[in-house]
Amino acid sequence: MGGLERRLTLAAGALCLVGILLFVVLAALALVTFDQPGATSNVSFDAYIWRVTRFTLLQAVLSTGLSVLVAIPVARALARQARFPGRVWIVRLMALPLGLPALVAALGLIGIWGRQGILNNGLSFLGLEQPVSIYGLSGILLAHVFFNLPLAVRLMLTGLERIPGEYWLVGANLGMRSWSIFRFVEWPVIRGLLPGIASLIFMLCATSFTLILTLGGGPGASTIEVAIYQALRFDFDPPRAIALSLLQIAMTGLLLLALRWLAPPSVDGPTSGRHVRRFDGRRGLGRIGDFSIIGLAAVFTLLPLGSVVVSGLLADLSGLARDPLVQRGLVTSLVIAFCSSVLCVAGTAAMIRARQMALSPRRPGKAARGLAASVSASTSLVLLVPPVVLGSGWFLLLRPFGDVSRFAPLLVIVINVLMALPFVYRVLEPAMKTHWARTARLSASLGLGGWNRWRAIDWPGLRKPILMAMSFAAALSLGDLGAVALFGSQDMVTLPWLLYSRMGSYRSTDAAGLALFLGLVCLILTIFGTAAPSPERGNEDADGGR
Amino acid sequence: MADAETMDPAIRLADVHVRYPNAHLQFDCTIRRGEISAIVGVSGSGKSTLFNIIAGFETPDEGQVDIFEKNVDGIEPSGRPVSVIFQDHNLFSHLDVATNIGLGINPALRLGIKERGKIAASLMRVGLEGFGKRLPPTLSGGERQRVALARALVRRKPILLLDEPFAALDPGLRAGMSQLLLDLHQQEENTILIITHHPDDLRRLADSVVFLDGGRIVAHQPTAEFLARRDNPAINAFLGN
Repeated sequence: MGGLERRLTLAAGALCLVGILLFVVLAALALVTFDQPGATSNVSFDAYIWRVTRFTLLQAVLSTGLSVLVAIPVARALARQARFPGRVWIVRLMALPLGLPALVAALGLIGIWGRQGILNNGLSFLGLEQPVSIYGLSGILLAHVFFNLPLAVRLMLTGLERIPGEYWLVGANLGMRSWSIFRFVEWPVIRGLLPGIASLIFMLCATSFTLILTLGGGPGASTIEVAIYQALRFDFDPPRAIALSLLQIAMTGLLLLALRWLAPPSVDGPTSGRHVRRFDGRRGLGRIGDFSIIGLAAVFTLLPLGSVVVSGLLADLSGLARDPLVQRGLVTSLVIAFCSSVLCVAGTAAMIRARQMALSPRRPGKAARGLAASVSASTSLVLLVPPVVLGSGWFLLLRPFGDVSRFAPLLVIVINVLMALPFVYRVLEPAMKTHWARTARLSASLGLGGWNRWRAIDWPGLRKPILMAMSFAAALSLGDLGAVALFGSQDMVTLPWLLYSRMGSYRSTDAAGLALFLGLVCLILTIFGTAAPSPERGNEDADGGR
Repeated sequence: MADAETMDPAIRLADVHVRYPNAHLQFDCTIRRGEISAIVGVSGSGKSTLFNIIAGFETPDEGQVDIFEKNVDGIEPSGRPVSVIFQDHNLFSHLDVATNIGLGINPALRLGIKERGKIAASLMRVGLEGFGKRLPPTLSGGERQRVALARALVRRKPILLLDEPFAALDPGLRAGMSQLLLDLHQQEENTILIITHHPDDLRRLADSVVFLDGGRIVAHQPTAEFLARRDNPAINAFLGN
């Protein structure tokens, strides 16, 4: 690679990094230094703030515990039953909630678990007087488990599938029964993964916004994020929003530190690469139990999705499609999603490449190491300073310049970029690392660089992870309510905002139709991003190690 | 190879067929009790399939597998009189050496003083006295294979199957491990089947050789006779003649 190209790459990466840091730091500074003349609000940690904090932590602990505890038997059952018709669809189903807007899921959950939902109707039919409540703590827990159980299952399943195949053969040869295999083989792997998975889910639940806003049901079940939003949007009490934001930053900072401290050690090296069939759970009660667990998990995940589809189809879809406000919302959402996904993927790729380049000399200097470390850290900044806090900071910064909603599209796009950054980085970084390790020397020896290298080497090799990252980022942006909720106005309407408004004004049929629209667009994006076949399992049984 | 009727067979594969989407393997052979037999052939010739069928990890589409003149079709891997050692990952890396060996005595790890004595004795036999508390990642490749051998010893199964057990070891360690295997074989008088890619292993270890090519056994004879062969292009290629 030529000197000029190297300098340009480093400059592009550094520029993106500085942009991200400035955006976050300015928002944080605005919060810290805000001084409202004549502010009378008592921002000391009063009973309300403590109650909100306590509830934030309580719901996050319970949601995490439930998600993880239920995920263990589901992941184990899927790992044991490695082959059955439809398994691939069950595993894909576990990825669906990740790409589903929280608002759509909430609507689906209300359709099943709500007062008029299928479950409560069934319970009432059986004569039970106290139906399950979808609002308040129980609803929040249910919604968080709906989102995070599949996530935990997928992460655990990936870990279990990485266990060397020889372990199953040794276990079978030694006569290890189901309990012994769980105790000596599976549990050590799951235990190693648990801190990371639990911390991630805890973080997602502690900073959850849309679900709490929709299902919280009142001040008794409010979290810090929702309280910040309410302080700004309804009470217009910036000092309280600032106090809550600082509390949020302190809490997420502590959580991130704990997450780093609890990061699981890598236990095993690579396996022989052969896919080995397991010998446990192949017959009798074990098999029946596994399929019962898998079936229950699938039903739990599928029912709300089915509810969204059914109630959506019952809505006046053609009327909604003709509604100018819906059309405007769809176009705005798509434009924002497109811009934020392209910016996010391009910026992340530039930073990753700059990081790789900075670390490529045998002894990278202090500046290079600093750049590399900053890139890694910057991708997780949004976890430390969540979107609502960023939004609050920029709200205060831009207020002197007039109507804040004028800046809404730009702010929403940048906040969406930051929201997607941790996910996009985790998809692109390993792929780019492997790609460059494979192609860098050969390309250099052939004199390939710049556009020629991108066209012939990089795009074909990185197309799949780039498209996957783009679809993730676009789906996340399409479903986002947090940033839009702060800045949305009559002039800027997105689909989630419209959906939330219709839900709030009890136009539930319209809301169901919009949820179907939004869900479908996100589903198409998810399918688009993950369409290429995974290379993880080829035809090993037929020809590997024969 | 000697006539099947005159042998004392340990393993007999009678017209065993295994069909893959793109290959059809067929095995017919008898392994003599107390012998060390090497299974050799190029990659994809069917060595691992033969190994898996004897161990019970794979089920043949047709034919019969007998071990010590008893049909073992349908018998679980742990129910067969066989211990296995692979090239790698024989030990659970998060369990210490003694626990890994203990699983060979009782898979639920209910171990008393007598069993712990057996573990210590087996470690002594493979030259790893005092290694009981070590974790596998802290051991060298050769030491890990010795621990796997120690576990096979405590199991006291009369047949030992080894799938390229020395492949990850350097030449010095290979020779040392081969000698250890020979010593233990003399003491235990067990039957050993070893998959290998190295003609040197045949010379050092094997009484007889089973040579596979294209999913068929094309030679099964005493090692000296096999090493002297020049009539088969596949064997010539394997031996580098």
